[in-house]
Amino acid sequence: MALYSEKVMDHFTHPRNVGIIEDADGIGEVGNGKCGDIMKIYLKIKDGMVSDVKFETFGCGSAIASSSMATEMIKGKPLSDVLTVTNKAVAEALGGLPAYKMHCSVLAEEAIKAAVKDYYDKNGIEYPIDSPICPAV
Amino acid sequence: MKVYVDNAATTKMSRTAIDAMLPYMEALYGNPSSLYSIGQAAAEALQRARETTAKCLGCEAREITFTSGGSEADNQAIISAAALGEKKGKKHIISTEFEHHAVLHTLNKLEKQGFEITLLNVHENGIVTKEQVASAIREDTCLVTVMYANNEIGTIQPIAEIGAVCKEKCVLFHTDAVQAAGHLHIDVKKQNIDMLSLSAHKFHGPKGIGALYARKGIQLTNIIEGGAQERGKRAGTENVPAIMGMAAAFEEACGYIDKNSAKISALRDKLIDGLSKIPHSILNGAREPRLPGNVNFCFEGIEGESLLLLLDQKNVSASSGSACTSGSLDPSHVLLAIGRSHEIAHGSLRLSLSKWNTEEEAAHILKAVPEVVAYLRNMSPVWRDLKESKKKFIL
Repeated sequence: MALYSEKVMDHFTHPRNVGIIEDADGIGEVGNGKCGDIMKIYLKIKDGMVSDVKFETFGCGSAIASSSMATEMIKGKPLSDVLTVTNKAVAEALGGLPAYKMHCSVLAEEAIKAAVKDYYDKNGIEYPIDSPICPAV
Repeated sequence: MKVYVDNAATTKMSRTAIDAMLPYMEALYGNPSSLYSIGQAAAEALQRARETTAKCLGCEAREITFTSGGSEADNQAIISAAALGEKKGKKHIISTEFEHHAVLHTLNKLEKQGFEITLLNVHENGIVTKEQVASAIREDTCLVTVMYANNEIGTIQPIAEIGAVCKEKCVLFHTDAVQAAGHLHIDVKKQNIDMLSLSAHKFHGPKGIGALYARKGIQLTNIIEGGAQERGKRAGTENVPAIMGMAAAFEEACGYIDKNSAKISALRDKLIDGLSKIPHSILNGAREPRLPGNVNFCFEGIEGESLLLLLDQKNVSASSGSACTSGSLDPSHVLLAIGRSHEIAHGSLRLSLSKWNTEEEAAHILKAVPEVVAYLRNMSPVWRDLKESKKKFIL
């Protein structure tokens, strides 16, 4: 399939960390159904680290692959590192995305940040202002 | 098993069409405008192809102009009618909301040049009525252009009835018959069609070739200027091999319309019945009258591109009206026109059949689609919200 890289197809057809965490410590949902992409990320946090992560995505192949890759990139990482994950890093890890699909990787970055912010908010921790997020519409 | 069910996008060429083309690439490669024998042989072939094409439509050979395809034919028909209208001070054009972009974008361009465009509503069933057309026609209407059958949802429009209304009101009537030609019986005289566009690769002919029928007396405006080919109305050396392939494919398709239609529509009905069993799904467009090969569904809670990619993994080639398959953010204008919401329109699937599809293939599709839909719903946050009653099901 020429549209997507092998890596994208691998993560799309065998997505990692699909599902939900019932007692999640942080949940982030971004995107909107009108545009055809919704991403939801569930985090379990232990000692400032992402001990578990799951995702659910309504969207195209690259949206599902971006979510899958993003969850792999943050699993087991300290939250300070998690907040430095950029959409570009997600796209690069996937071996690149077609230009008009880059917004899928943006959505993945935003979903992660929204989930961390949710965790911070619930625990009275100030969310660093240099990591802005756009909430779900 | 490879299952190709995207015949509304393009078709595999028929052997007859390929065989009709080969001599004009090998021995008879002359330019039809040249006077030596291989040129004249090409010119004679061109005339035969024109006669064959005309016969299939019920018109005269001189009323056929060969074009590069359906889009060019649509452009030329509309621009010609607009030019004729403008001369008489008539600058109003009637069409429908769910035309192909070859029509809609041409109309947009004319609107910027001062024409007024009325796009008729196509209702949830995807069909316009002759009454709508009749009541939209004004003193200054110069053209009605309504597609014969919709390319996405397959609904067939009441073309003869609309043709009769237009004739009575003395307004030119054009139909984009790209999806209908070779699949439905067309008789331009009986149906009062003044102009009609068709494209060869939708009926097992080659790509990059089409035709515009324009009733005798309708003066066409050139889209391509240059030499005097096509009675001076379409410049450029004729694509003789493609024209020969188109004529052969058209003649073959028209000769077997009833036989093919019976076989294909039986498969279509089987697929519609089978896919209707998927919960929270809906058939797009009226079940009848519908192209024999068109099946189009929306499945709530999933997105079309991922559906297509997974079906491709299961060797099914299909298409969708999802935004992600078009490179834009908006889903299909056709699905929006029949009243589907954006969320629902993103989860659409079009299967378009040909005479070569089989019962086994239909069975494979009926196994693959429900599996893929269930798989994607299982990872969709939208589906979870619907299931847990946090959102209301639309379908």
